[in-house]
Amino acid sequence: MNAADIPILSIMLAIPMVAAALCLFVRAELARPIAVGATLANFILGGVLWISYDPAGAQWQFTESAQLFGPIGWKLGIDGISLTLIMLSVFLMPICIGASWNSIQKRVGEYMAAFLLMETLMIGVFAAQDLLLFYIFFEAGLIPMYLIIGIWGGQDRIYASYKFFLYTLLGSVVMLIAMLWMIQFAGTADIPNLLNTDFPVQAQTLLWLAFFASFAVKMPMWPVHTWLPDAHVQAPTAGSVILAGVLLKMGGYGFLRFSLPMFPEASANFIPLVFGLSMVAVVYTSLVALVQQDMKKLIAYSSVAHMAIVTVGLFTFNQQGIEGAIIVMLSHGLVSGALFLCVGVIYDRLHTREISRYGGISVNMPKYALLFMLFTMASVGLPGTSGFVGEFLSLAGSYKVSTWATLIATTGIILGAGYMLYLYRRIAFGPQVNADAAAMQDIGGREMWLLAPIAIVVLWMGVYPETFLAPIRRDVATIVDRIERAAPAGDSKLMAVDPTTARFRVAHEPKKDVAEGSH
Amino acid sequence: MTSIHIIVFLPLLAALVAGLGQRFIGAVASKTITTAGLFTASLLSWPIFIGFLNGSETAYVAPVMNWVQSGDLSFDWELRVDALTAVMLVVITTVSALVHLYSWGYMEEDPDQPRFFAYLSLFTFAMLMLVTANNLVQMFFGWEGVGLASYLLIGFWYKKPSANAAAIKAFVVNRVGDLGFMLGIFGVFWLFGTVSIPDILAAAPDKVGSSIGFLGFRVDTMSLLCILLFIGAMGKSAQLGLHTWLPDAMEGPTPVSALIHAATMVTAGVFMVCRLSPLFETSQFALDVVTIVGATTAIFAATVGLVQTDIKRVIAYSTCSQLGYMFFAAGTGAYGAAMFHLFTHAFFKALLFLGAGSVIHAMHHEQDMRYYGGLRKHIPLTFWAMMAGTLAITGVGIVGVGGFAGFYSKDAIIEAAFASHSTFHMYAFGIGVLAALLTSFYSWRLMFLTFFGTPRWAQSEHIQHAMHDHGDHDAHAHDHAHDAHGDGTAGYHPHESPLPMLIPLGVLTLGAVFAGFVFHGGFIEAETGKAFWANSTLFFNEHLMHAMHEVPLWVKLSSTVAMLTGLLVAYLMYQQSKDAPQRLASAFAPLYRFFLNKWYFDELYEAVFVRPAFWLGRLFWKQGDIGIIDRFGPNGSAAVVSFGSKLAVKMQSGYLYTYALVMLLGLVTAVSWMMVRT
Repeated sequence: MNAADIPILSIMLAIPMVAAALCLFVRAELARPIAVGATLANFILGGVLWISYDPAGAQWQFTESAQLFGPIGWKLGIDGISLTLIMLSVFLMPICIGASWNSIQKRVGEYMAAFLLMETLMIGVFAAQDLLLFYIFFEAGLIPMYLIIGIWGGQDRIYASYKFFLYTLLGSVVMLIAMLWMIQFAGTADIPNLLNTDFPVQAQTLLWLAFFASFAVKMPMWPVHTWLPDAHVQAPTAGSVILAGVLLKMGGYGFLRFSLPMFPEASANFIPLVFGLSMVAVVYTSLVALVQQDMKKLIAYSSVAHMAIVTVGLFTFNQQGIEGAIIVMLSHGLVSGALFLCVGVIYDRLHTREISRYGGISVNMPKYALLFMLFTMASVGLPGTSGFVGEFLSLAGSYKVSTWATLIATTGIILGAGYMLYLYRRIAFGPQVNADAAAMQDIGGREMWLLAPIAIVVLWMGVYPETFLAPIRRDVATIVDRIERAAPAGDSKLMAVDPTTARFRVAHEPKKDVAEGSH
Repeated sequence: MTSIHIIVFLPLLAALVAGLGQRFIGAVASKTITTAGLFTASLLSWPIFIGFLNGSETAYVAPVMNWVQSGDLSFDWELRVDALTAVMLVVITTVSALVHLYSWGYMEEDPDQPRFFAYLSLFTFAMLMLVTANNLVQMFFGWEGVGLASYLLIGFWYKKPSANAAAIKAFVVNRVGDLGFMLGIFGVFWLFGTVSIPDILAAAPDKVGSSIGFLGFRVDTMSLLCILLFIGAMGKSAQLGLHTWLPDAMEGPTPVSALIHAATMVTAGVFMVCRLSPLFETSQFALDVVTIVGATTAIFAATVGLVQTDIKRVIAYSTCSQLGYMFFAAGTGAYGAAMFHLFTHAFFKALLFLGAGSVIHAMHHEQDMRYYGGLRKHIPLTFWAMMAGTLAITGVGIVGVGGFAGFYSKDAIIEAAFASHSTFHMYAFGIGVLAALLTSFYSWRLMFLTFFGTPRWAQSEHIQHAMHDHGDHDAHAHDHAHDAHGDGTAGYHPHESPLPMLIPLGVLTLGAVFAGFVFHGGFIEAETGKAFWANSTLFFNEHLMHAMHEVPLWVKLSSTVAMLTGLLVAYLMYQQSKDAPQRLASAFAPLYRFFLNKWYFDELYEAVFVRPAFWLGRLFWKQGDIGIIDRFGPNGSAAVVSFGSKLAVKMQSGYLYTYALVMLLGLVTAVSWMMVRT
């Protein structure tokens, strides 16, 4: 059977949808197995997708097309970049359901339905080939997230969901207007067609800013990041996993799918803005992470710092930078997801996120301590873990564009080590000052099944990233080719000097080269 | 699959089995597997080294697996075997195997031994990956891997807050160096389009004299790249400025100090400079920086080592100082001598640390030398081992005849510095001699305070503890703690260490005595050295090695004179006179305090980096995020849209509906607008 003949993407969208509808009408005891079954089925389909995807084949594969109502077309199709992000989503979903198995006791059916609906929308975002269809998936994906935070969240869930709302609303409205203008200009809402449309340079600036307003919030970039710590803190564990794991990747995906290839000139012009905000984000949010007393807030702030590496990588306009940014997105999805699960494990036992309430739990939870250490190290980008490959490639790419941005962004490896090891020390090391923390049980079978698969993929991606680079290589090259005409020159500019006159030439360096370096 | 694969991956396998499988196989099996793995690796390593020495081996690269391929950047997992690797292989596997064995005795009472042995083997694997790297990124992998193992082992006793603090400090300070290393790799990739070491070294001479933009400045290309990479080396090898983590690392168990913080990991920076020596040779400026940093570290650490009272800290500063020697040797062009000192130092410094461990073991965890004294008679084997180590580090020998290991390697460095033509070679030479004097002084001070004189154990809290614990079992001994014996022993009887600890001491003693005599030909003699190093990336300056032998006799004698002077002063101060140290300390009180407080580096960094980081973090959080962004952002807009929050409180998901409504309205508008148009 040829996988291309069956509408596999539509099936992957339909399964969670149907399961979500079912969950609404059954008891909790039934809703959980239905959710697990549906997400596992989608994970298996994702595997089929992965195996049948041909990295050397057509750019868009598994394409489907049907006319919906009006100008909105049901057009689906994926390239390698979409494939990896869909895989990330379907990989994390069963884990999220598993993580909610015992900790959610209230309105279980609706909870599962919200998660399943979210899975449909996430896959839809990465698979949509129609601009308006993308918009629907992109914006609607936030609705289940609101519900998850607002209903199953913590003490201040109202404030958190309200902040989330304000930020995202603003961005989405201007993006929609920009999309309408683009459809009108190009005469099509078909994304592959739009990717080959050359928009006038003047229009690009406004269009770029409109998309930026939405994607920067989703990323999130400094200074529109303050919704994230609150949302994370209030969300239940699985909500945080999906938020950090997949929803934050939508901003990066948007930059990659729309901003860069559709508005290359504007993207190039806005490099100073993007790099500037990213540089601030790395230092600023890392320092803020250092002083957090709340585990989830700390990891949320670290996410902002990591996402800044993604934006730096994306706007390097070269193969290493963009591939690196994608790997950082995948890696961060896994690692911060795993870190939130790790927080969830001890939160389930002690019901507090306050770091000082723990301490010395390596003694009573050695298996947990080992896994937590692995994810901590992956978060600080230790070579051999997924975190390193992505960061290294992004920054190697950014060196070609700006040594300043690279220097500042690379300080993240120092600060990251600082706040993560400080966190680890306060939780897992030191004397056992809190009796209740010292009495906690080590992770059991279910929790092991949630964390161990992530651990394996994190190491796999660190040691043999080719598995993940192979499908995206050609598509990144396509983007790089497309935007090459606007690629920045970089500030390293080598000047070959005749050795005999080296001293003279260096002393009389023309001013303009110096000026180039300072953006 | 060749022996190099086994050498490198056997320790990893052993670490995984011991670490993850300890609950199934038990502690003894975990220890046996890791130790046996390392002895196997060591037995396989020596033939490779001997093969390069006698010329029967040639350099090769053994492939392992693809790693990363991204555009024109690609690097693989591969194992490079050449003369330089071979030197490191024998050092790493031999010392590691001996430290594994030693730990059977030293860690005997620890409940967590499998974890300890797993970490040791993991460390060894990472270190082997570092020295077999054929590209800069794999070297960085090993670099960070040893950093992780070092972090885990310094913090091995994780209930101790001081150990945790030291572990974090080691990791973070190393990361500062890694920042330089990473930027260096990026720069190298930018310039050469590759990170493969042989390719870089081949292409480097073409770029001499070129300039490059960096942070808006225009700088000499090769100087920039070399210095960025060297910053990485400074972090790992604890050179001045980035050294602060090394003394604190002594919080880890003593076998760790011997393996990681003396013999192997801290020498990675020296190894890196030697591995990339043809690159450094393209920039005299970078070499000058290496020379100055190395020499200054040598003298700095030696001055601090003079006044420390903790036996491990004395040796730690000694290590720091000896690493400085290796760097200025490299900086003056004597890479062979740098590697030779690395090689001999590994043996005698591991010996000194393990000897110190044996003393600490005998003295019930007391590490303060002020509470030692007279141990010569109680632990004679340890004493003689430490004596061999001291003779080796102080460079005892007779010019033209022969001597202990350090005599060959350290004197070669000092003479090469004199003979070199580099800009700062006389600075390095002068400091080399002066530091040799200080080295001799603090080493003999350690020996006199520990092994000679009369026991001063009675004041030691650890010994008092031991006697109290003992007293619980023995009612007659309850007054021992108050030194009823009046001989300063408090009735405590130190015992010589068990056999697993004594065998490594014995083997390393052989190294400390003979390593210089046996191997100096291969490392530093002009002809044989040239043949040996030809099979590696190390730049062997045979003219300098020739010139080294031609230096005036006074130069050759200077280090011996310095050594004797140091010994004499130490003897007078700590054997003859009883109050000379106190009198000197009060006479030069400011200087004494300056040395005792380690030149106030920790205080400086605390004030300049650590506290401001936390202060800024709080500022950004409270004033930036909450005070400005939220106030004028979401909270501010809420005030404008005043119904917002009230409505939200009343209906939990009020915003949801609003949002969905807005989205839907937008879509409906859009769709109808487009339908009208088409």
